Amino acid sequence: MSATLLHTPLHDRHVELGARMVPFAGWEMPVQYEGVIPEHRAVRSDAGVFDVSHMGELEVEGPHARDLLQATLANDVDKLAPGEAQYTLLTNEGGGIIDDLVVYRTGDCSYLLVVNAGNRAAAYNSLKEREVRGSDVRDVSDDCALLAVQGPRAIERLGLPPAPPFTFAETMLDGVEVMVNRTGYTGEDGCELLCMSEDAVRLWDAVLGRGAVPCGLGARDSLRLEVCYPLHGNDIGPDTDAVSAGLGWVCALDKEFVGVDALRRIKAEGPKRRLVAFAMEEKAIPRQGMAIEGGGEVTSGSHSPMLEVGIGMGYVPTALAKPDTELTIDVRGRPRRARVVKKPIYKKRED
Amino acid sequence: MAAAESYPEELKYHEEHDWARVDGDEAVLGITWFAADLLGELVHFEPPAVGSDVTKDQSYGEVESVKAVSDVIAPLSGEVLAVNEQVVDAPETVNEDPYGNGWLIRIRLGDPGETDDLLDAAAYRQVLANQ
Repeated sequence: MSATLLHTPLHDRHVELGARMVPFAGWEMPVQYEGVIPEHRAVRSDAGVFDVSHMGELEVEGPHARDLLQATLANDVDKLAPGEAQYTLLTNEGGGIIDDLVVYRTGDCSYLLVVNAGNRAAAYNSLKEREVRGSDVRDVSDDCALLAVQGPRAIERLGLPPAPPFTFAETMLDGVEVMVNRTGYTGEDGCELLCMSEDAVRLWDAVLGRGAVPCGLGARDSLRLEVCYPLHGNDIGPDTDAVSAGLGWVCALDKEFVGVDALRRIKAEGPKRRLVAFAMEEKAIPRQGMAIEGGGEVTSGSHSPMLEVGIGMGYVPTALAKPDTELTIDVRGRPRRARVVKKPIYKKRED
Repeated sequence: MAAAESYPEELKYHEEHDWARVDGDEAVLGITWFAADLLGELVHFEPPAVGSDVTKDQSYGEVESVKAVSDVIAPLSGEVLAVNEQVVDAPETVNEDPYGNGWLIRIRLGDPGETDDLLDAAAYRQVLANQ
């Protein structure tokens, strides 16, 4: 199969920087520049920048936009005032997860949804199907570029004022009009900068000029796994429900939305299996798809650059889900011991 | 610090990006700079047991970076005499010094004639150029 991979507006910049480019969800994306480990550490200790322009942006507007989102998204959008953002799920009838996303309330009757690159069409179609008079769903992904600037010094390096997590503001950054979203996927302070596609190169150059280290999808994955943020397609998907995935806190089960009955039932009965985090007790690196003895499976696994051990997440029967439970993982035919740990696996130093 | 690209003349190479330093009826084995660079910083080496046999052209262990796992192919057959514990403890040694402190195992050759099948540095560079 030879498919044409999509390029973000920053593709040439990545190539010039010597990035290793790989296919990801239909896009050609940088997996690393200098190396996954130094990039990971830069984000934990200072600031890194990721091109995440492959992600999708959907605008939902109109007097009934709120009703459409309230009926399709798991979290309660009424908790959002303009200028605020929320992590939420788009669920199917079975309580499975079509996509996990962040919704930004951009106005009284307007919202912006940032969805996973691979789920852009599914999310759009799912909302479009339920669109009613007075609500309008538009895919504006091609007009937008998105840079995640993450790390304890990210905000300082960008010269931005402090702001609470899950808020956003429009501002100018080195001459570029940006929406500064205090969100991210690394467990660190920082922001995601949304700008027009044609301004992406100028914004990227400005952010690098301010000292952020360019980081690829490799570090993005190891960072999110250390703090146990689920990855759609690995840890969650249309066949995994939100309660078993530990995302019950995102689901407002007291309102009506697609899949709520199934989720209420799973919550009442108690999930049969749960998504747990674990760390290896022996030298080995768990990987997606490996069996966990007793009927479980690894959904994400890697080496933790901060803890310097193998770490992962996976579904296990509820009886094995308590922290400190010993697990045995089949590492290509070799049984290796791991232990269930409380999420997140890596805890940020508070100093 | 990762080492600069090099393929020492005194080594023999296997096209699966492995090297052998033959000394009498023994050989020290490792992976080439190219393999180490392609994987990125190594974070795990799964070695064979001392005393076990490795077979030319077959996997005798695994090396892993954050993102990937790769089999290590034996350029020669023989019995494992030693495993480099420094690499087991600090796998990044392979990136820092692939032909020195980053060696993986030492074997007693099963068939010294097999060395004739291996590539010299120039031939291995040609393999890389054709990729």
